[in-house]
Amino acid sequence: MGRKLKFNIFRYNPQDPDSVPHTDTFQLEETESMTLFIALTQIREEQDPSLQFDFCCRAGICGACAMIINGRPNLACKTLTDDLPAEITLMPLPIFKLIGDLSVDTGTWFREMNENVESWVHTSKTFDLEAEEERMDNSLAEEIYELERCVECGCCVAACGTANMREDFVGAVAMNRIARFMMDPRDQRTGSEYFEVIGTDEGIFGCMGLLGCEDVCPKQLPLQDQLGILRLKMGWSAIKHLFRIK
Amino acid sequence: METIYTDLLCIGAGLAGERVAVEAASAGFETICLSIVPPRRSHSSAAQGGMQASLGHCIMGKGDSPDVHFQDTVKGSDWGCDQEVARLFAETAPVAVREMAFWGIPWNRVVPGKDTYFKGGKQFEKEELKEKEGLITARSFGGTAKWRTCYTSDGTGHTLLYTMDNKVVELGVTVHDRIEAISLIHDGKTCIGAVARCLKTGKCRAYLARATLIATGGYGRIYRETTNAVINDGGGAIIAIDTEVVPLGNPEAIQFHPTGIVPTNILVTEGCRGDGGTLLDVNEERFMPEYEPEKEELASRDVVSRWMTHHIQKGLGVKSPYGDHLWLDIRHLGAEHIKTKLREVEEICNNFLGVDPITQLIPVRPAQHYSMAGIRTNKDGAAYGLKGLFSAGEAACWDMHGFNRLGGNSLAETIVAGKIVGEKIAESLKGYEVHFNTAVIKDAAAKDYERIDRLISCKDGKEDVFEVRNAMQNELMERVGIFRNGADLQKAVDNLQEIHARAKKVGLRSNGIGVNPELTLALKIQGMVRLAICTAYGALQRTESRGCHSREDYEARNDRDWLNRTLATWKEGDDLPTLNYEPASKVMEIPPGDRGYGVSKIISQDDEKIGV
Repeated sequence: MGRKLKFNIFRYNPQDPDSVPHTDTFQLEETESMTLFIALTQIREEQDPSLQFDFCCRAGICGACAMIINGRPNLACKTLTDDLPAEITLMPLPIFKLIGDLSVDTGTWFREMNENVESWVHTSKTFDLEAEEERMDNSLAEEIYELERCVECGCCVAACGTANMREDFVGAVAMNRIARFMMDPRDQRTGSEYFEVIGTDEGIFGCMGLLGCEDVCPKQLPLQDQLGILRLKMGWSAIKHLFRIK
Repeated sequence: METIYTDLLCIGAGLAGERVAVEAASAGFETICLSIVPPRRSHSSAAQGGMQASLGHCIMGKGDSPDVHFQDTVKGSDWGCDQEVARLFAETAPVAVREMAFWGIPWNRVVPGKDTYFKGGKQFEKEELKEKEGLITARSFGGTAKWRTCYTSDGTGHTLLYTMDNKVVELGVTVHDRIEAISLIHDGKTCIGAVARCLKTGKCRAYLARATLIATGGYGRIYRETTNAVINDGGGAIIAIDTEVVPLGNPEAIQFHPTGIVPTNILVTEGCRGDGGTLLDVNEERFMPEYEPEKEELASRDVVSRWMTHHIQKGLGVKSPYGDHLWLDIRHLGAEHIKTKLREVEEICNNFLGVDPITQLIPVRPAQHYSMAGIRTNKDGAAYGLKGLFSAGEAACWDMHGFNRLGGNSLAETIVAGKIVGEKIAESLKGYEVHFNTAVIKDAAAKDYERIDRLISCKDGKEDVFEVRNAMQNELMERVGIFRNGADLQKAVDNLQEIHARAKKVGLRSNGIGVNPELTLALKIQGMVRLAICTAYGALQRTESRGCHSREDYEARNDRDWLNRTLATWKEGDDLPTLNYEPASKVMEIPPGDRGYGVSKIISQDDEKIGV
């Protein structure tokens, strides 16, 4: 016999005029290898079919199921109940617009972020159907992939002191994205062009260095390093900018 | 009802849908993608293995060419594929991979020098050439003559999807995420868009388009155990067969994977067995040597899945709250091997099972994996039955996979088909005008509003939608699994028809207001059961074994009577699909032959018909 788990879950359906924000409590018997995906699905199907939450791949790949689990942002699918106390409190991610219960609108936020940082390879070249691909060192490809592993789950944004105070702060996720493109020789943007995008108070200079992002990233991305490197590079760009050095 | 107009409506924004959108938008057409999740969460991201393309840069891929890739694909399909399509695919794949490199994929590259690899539980050595250094490399995948699977570490689908969506953002293509298409708008001849329900507010709106694409992926969630994401529940296939005129191609062609973990069915790679992992039963004893004395655990996917199912049915599975399962044992491979060569397996076990595979056994069982079945299209991606409707990717039966898809060919299909179908759609949009008949639009909208009202008010009954879904999933899992026989399939069809009748009586337990997940499922449940019946009935009628479709009572591949493709349509009010058949391939560049693996009994085209 497993433990009796007690779930305290934030409930609010903004589309229902009779709904007010509150907490509902559900009881569930714990079974082997139970993840929050298994638990929440059971609660919805057996206890309350209106309960809103987001799962997609349920394998830690897609980033859909980030929520606040006993006070800490994490992917719910990657959380085993066995690693939690018998009382589990679930809240939706802050900062992102609430859709209902544990479900938030990350899609709009991240599309905007991707537009703001121009998250694509900037090049003046055109693709040549016939030509062999440009060569790249395998170790560089792997370094780029290391940063590309971000799944845009929103945990780093939810855990960020600045983002919680200032709506316009781009967050570690955006900084990491910029770092990924700066590393990529296919992207022809110059230091000052990156500076335009990220060398601001909404960007790298808004970071207070609290590093909640690094602590909670479910992909263990090296966000602390990237923020440090970026601050250094952008600081240098700022000085060059000041003295108009090309 | 809010109405939005566009040139091209892409339903589904995974790799195939977005690749089509990129092509159409680049040609100057206004494009809107609908996606039930933010596009970067699409199931394409879960394809970790890689993408097949015959670049032939790595030493084990030396001498590879589109010809060899084509041959592998046709053989893999067990001659069920359209060979013109398979040819087109194999020829285009290398360009598609290089184009993705140009757009930013950090493909793994050739590293010159010596390295080791595992095959059939044994270690071998290879040496990469200096002159190929830095070109896109490839890894080995089952069923291919050459190493051809291009990859980015353990996240190929992820990097492809992110790069593709970057392109979508760069081009400014509109994506409406958390929108689910719930019906197509058509007059029986031409498709002019879709009615969609917003999964942020629960409200419906109409999208009118000169061309509509369905790229919603597979529909593994009609099975109880599947490696598919929770979103792969057949939305796109359902709205297509609901038109009564668009057929599903080969609904019986479903692929299984032997090692999904229990309870979440997350896939662990076949590399575990390739490197020497074994399968154990409830007594912690190996059973594969008993069934397959020569190949043991290294027998093909289907064969291993079959014996696992058989062994569980014999009562030798391990009991669990989630049903019976078996054990995968990789402990003897040692910590060093597991931590390097099988790192992702270790992570999956730690994160999703709380199991340490270095010291503990991994609970596994076979699970549904891929739908070769899909919306039947011609080689341009145009759906049969309705003008202005297209399909691409796993949602489509294009049909390059026939009765068995090769690893790495699915990810490749999304990009290649997306590119080709996108070009064809752009071509077809030039100078093409449609009439938007307001009565047709009004009718479609009214029908969907009525469906929603009836579900909320329990007008047709109070059947619980989750119970109906569970009944359907169990039926498919028990009787329409890997190995099939006439008696079980007939029973499945009969039972599914009863379940279909129950699905018509579903009513909500909750209030249905807003983004109600019970309503979301209830709107699809009848369609899901219809897909399940198409699968079971198609399998019942096909009295042969071909690729993944294995009949215990018809063990031979029968090219004399069954070298064809099933086309299933569903007439309103019927409780069975109408099945028609067309030749598997108009062009037979490679005539049917022996695959060299799997079932080898063949009734050839020249064999005399018996009893005719």
